[in-house]
Amino acid sequence: MRLLTHNMLSSNIKGVTNGFPLRIEAEKVVEKTVEMNADFLKKMFEKIQWKAFIDASRAMGYTELPEEVDPTTLESDEFLSKFHHALLELHLEEGALVCPETGRRFPVNKGIPNMLLHEDEV
Amino acid sequence: MPSRTAQIRLMSSHEEVYEPCDDSFALVDALLADCNNLLKHCPTLCMEIGCGSGYVITSLALMLGQEGLAVNYIATDINPLAIRVTRETMDAHGVDAELIITDIASGLEKRLAGSVDVIVVNPPYVPTPEDEVGVGGITASWAGGENGRSVIDRILPVADRLLSEKGWLYMVTLIANNPSEICLYMREKGYASRIVIQRSTEEESLHIIKFWRDLDIEGDNEKASADKSAPGRLMEYVLTQLPPFTFWRCSDRDNK
Repeated sequence: MRLLTHNMLSSNIKGVTNGFPLRIEAEKVVEKTVEMNADFLKKMFEKIQWKAFIDASRAMGYTELPEEVDPTTLESDEFLSKFHHALLELHLEEGALVCPETGRRFPVNKGIPNMLLHEDEV
Repeated sequence: MPSRTAQIRLMSSHEEVYEPCDDSFALVDALLADCNNLLKHCPTLCMEIGCGSGYVITSLALMLGQEGLAVNYIATDINPLAIRVTRETMDAHGVDAELIITDIASGLEKRLAGSVDVIVVNPPYVPTPEDEVGVGGITASWAGGENGRSVIDRILPVADRLLSEKGWLYMVTLIANNPSEICLYMREKGYASRIVIQRSTEEESLHIIKFWRDLDIEGDNEKASADKSAPGRLMEYVLTQLPPFTFWRCSDRDNK
């Protein structure tokens, strides 16, 4: 699971009002290189919730991203490179995503999050 | 020349996962027929709801992946085995997607709202008793309840929420699902629709429908809500969208 996906996931448990972001418990992180596309990164930048993204990247062991960003940050190639790496090249292989309100753990196995709810959570 | 669709010989499989069949091939044929439009459309995010064996999402990724577009793919399935098979299928074809085990798009809807440019779905459309819906395993891939619409009717509002302004939805339906009713429902949400492929086999009469947002329709809907003759006008419109019935046999596929 990439951090792009993590930034798009929120807790779907019934009654939860503040289910984003899910806290990452990282047991195994792998890095897989993929080609960079600046246009794609710029589009994704607009959708990403930055605080959640930077916290998540730290949970995955990556500390190179700046705390504060604004649209001008995108002009830096160095930033784009780091953004690309954190967004698309870090994979949570094993671990869990934790609902910030209930503490319920959604397991991540082989890079795949399981967001299926139990009957009483729907 | 690299294949533009998934190859059967490279597909992974499992007895509890739906194998590609006429409906899957029809959906991929619809995407292939629209491939030039899809490429010109420059989608950023494409999603499959109910990826099964991975045949459709893999084919979509192959079709769009060769032009240097940067596209991100997401696929969901309620069956964890299907997700595993999709991963294996994608790996075998050298393509990639973010895979999530979930019911339709649960967990993604809030953050992905208005962000997905292409959604493809081959839903469980077979009319079955209601108690077969939601049973799990491979049954989830076909059991559609009354008129085969139980899951389709849950997918449509989710798709509406996820689709971007320029978003396109491609969906497989059966005649039994009452496609004109589906198109009417979507029209009320501001979507135009077109049957892009109509295919009849011995068992099924498939309609692959494409939906897209149409500002003229959104304007009409606002006027229609004040106009008493609206239902008649809407039905008239829907009937003009259905071409005269055409029928040809499903082409042979090498699915050995």
